[in-house]
Amino acid sequence: MGAGLVVGFLEQVLNGLQLGFMYALIALGYTMVYGIIRLINFAHGDIFMVGAFLGYLGFAVWGLPLWLAVLVSMAMCSALGITIERIAYRPLRYAPRIAALISALGVSLFIEYFSSLKFVFGPNYRVVEVPIREIRWAIGGISITNIQVLIMVVVGAFLLALQYLVYRTKIGRAMRTVSFDHDTARLMGINVDNVISVTFGIGSALAAAGGVLFAIAYPQINPFMGIMPGLKAFTAAVLGGIGIIPGAVLGSLIMGQVETLTAAYISSQIRDAIAFSILIIVLLIRPSGLLGRVGREKV
Amino acid sequence: MKAKRFLLVLCVCFLVASLVASCAPAAAPKTEAPKPAPAPAPKVIKIGFIGPLTGDVKTFGESTKNGFLLALEQAGMKAGDYKIEYVVADDRNDATEAVNVATKLVSQDKVQAIVGSVTSLCTIPISEVAQAKSVVMVTSTATNVKVTVDNNKRKDYVFRACFIDPFQGKVGAKFALENLKAKTAAVLYDQGNDYTKGLAEVFRDNFTAGGGKVVAFEAYAKADVDFSAVLTKIAKLNADILYLPDYYQKVSLIGKQARQKGIKSVFLGGDGWDSSELDFATMEGGYFTNHYSPEDPRPEVKKWVDQYKAKFNAVPDALATLCYDATNLLLNAIKTANSSEPAKIKDALQATKNFSAVSGQLTFDKDGNPIKSAAILQIKSKAQKFVTSVNP
Repeated sequence: MGAGLVVGFLEQVLNGLQLGFMYALIALGYTMVYGIIRLINFAHGDIFMVGAFLGYLGFAVWGLPLWLAVLVSMAMCSALGITIERIAYRPLRYAPRIAALISALGVSLFIEYFSSLKFVFGPNYRVVEVPIREIRWAIGGISITNIQVLIMVVVGAFLLALQYLVYRTKIGRAMRTVSFDHDTARLMGINVDNVISVTFGIGSALAAAGGVLFAIAYPQINPFMGIMPGLKAFTAAVLGGIGIIPGAVLGSLIMGQVETLTAAYISSQIRDAIAFSILIIVLLIRPSGLLGRVGREKV
Repeated sequence: MKAKRFLLVLCVCFLVASLVASCAPAAAPKTEAPKPAPAPAPKVIKIGFIGPLTGDVKTFGESTKNGFLLALEQAGMKAGDYKIEYVVADDRNDATEAVNVATKLVSQDKVQAIVGSVTSLCTIPISEVAQAKSVVMVTSTATNVKVTVDNNKRKDYVFRACFIDPFQGKVGAKFALENLKAKTAAVLYDQGNDYTKGLAEVFRDNFTAGGGKVVAFEAYAKADVDFSAVLTKIAKLNADILYLPDYYQKVSLIGKQARQKGIKSVFLGGDGWDSSELDFATMEGGYFTNHYSPEDPRPEVKKWVDQYKAKFNAVPDALATLCYDATNLLLNAIKTANSSEPAKIKDALQATKNFSAVSGQLTFDKDGNPIKSAAILQIKSKAQKFVTSVNP
């Protein structure tokens, strides 16, 4: 009896991990953009949606192998993210922060409703024919599928790659410098505009990858699918400390677990309520997040 | 400064104008009095059609519209002395949009009757609009009780062509207990949708009353796509039946994840499953309660199937059939009343007895619900197969 409970709990933890990893890909985009220009890019969830659709078009319509579809989707969303930054955010970079925030909301709505036009993606749900044959294993009473394993491996790989990029390369150092202070970075000879574009590009590429993985795990896509995951990933990023990359990952993993364990052991009806109340509690108690530095005010 | 002032005055004028424009049509029908019939000679009745032509249940909307148009076409676009005109509106299976289009049909297009919508989610709010504005409404497939009766008050302008969920849930539970010999059932429903919630509750009550045990009664939100947590929980309970009373899109998603979690239960559901876009492979072996089956041996059904196939090149599902019946019921009432006054049409509709519809002989009970039987269909070999028919 006890063993059954433990096994059940482990399986729920696994479920939570899968969810948490997918949120992590989106949360990273939010956190990197906030870190570098102090903007909450509300359109990020919709780039995730566009990534899902492009990946679906890649492997279902254009007949590309899955890995190529993911790469194509990442590249195209990267370009989309950079374009959005250039058009909607750069002109407002030195305007009051609220202007850029409103602009982000506008971009988000635009992408959602433009995509639901018939000649773009259409407003209907599309069922995704998953190009991977599903294999299910029952290991010691725990159900696990090859898709779950794939998601965790791919996300893990991306996280390691990002870690390497941000801490071991020149561009990574430039990104960290710009997130500290724009003007000083400029004095150091860094092209701030380019670094910001690169940040958007990387964040969008990760969101796109998240979108394709999401489409494979939950094979129904529609133009409004990015809203919920976007909000949850944003909450996760805030939880971990917005602007801090490991924070986004930590926050996402916690969010995934909280959501799953609430649905499993309390009630599936209040899972969203609990997940979002985390956002409120964090902002009340520790606004800088779990890994955030408390107070960076210079006297 | 002068330009600013001028702009301000212009804005205020625009605001006032839009306020007046939006107020005017709403101000008129505050009473229960019926709309006056168009006085000059051309006797025209306008019927509005509302359905989910796009969105998560678009196949429902498409089929329903087909049934509607075919019925009108066969009637020669007239009923009694009146010529019929129609207006089509899309509610996207969104309750807010449904109210918007219903209000537009009533106040701008000035329809005397509405055929629609398809899901209870949208039909319940639309029925409020129709009842308030005294517009006759016949819904083809909204099965929740609240469509025609709310708070024990009968909405006398609203009717339906389908059975109601208290009956459907009972049929489902009875089938599970007697035909499938099930002892335990797990129920998973959308908490924000009156249709799934109503059906889930009725199933639970009837299943328990019949001696079965409902081992799980779980809910999710409409936007949820990840059911792994709740399905892992349910998997451990090894129920005989997994009752999924939602629409085909959600059911396909849940069914797939359920099988991934190793759930071996038989899937059971309601009329929301009736779609060509249901994931037949995943739902293989599952059963659902429905309004009719194209395999029904009655001659009316065969004639209908042939007519539909000839025009639309597809086998008609329950959605199309019921809307065909609903539209014919309405046309029959208009012919009987021979009037364009919604009050007279609704009286004629209420008095309908033994109307020969494709889905059976229809007589309305005092709540505007027809007394009719249900069909049980099974998903077998990537198609719907008729299993049995259940009478009230």
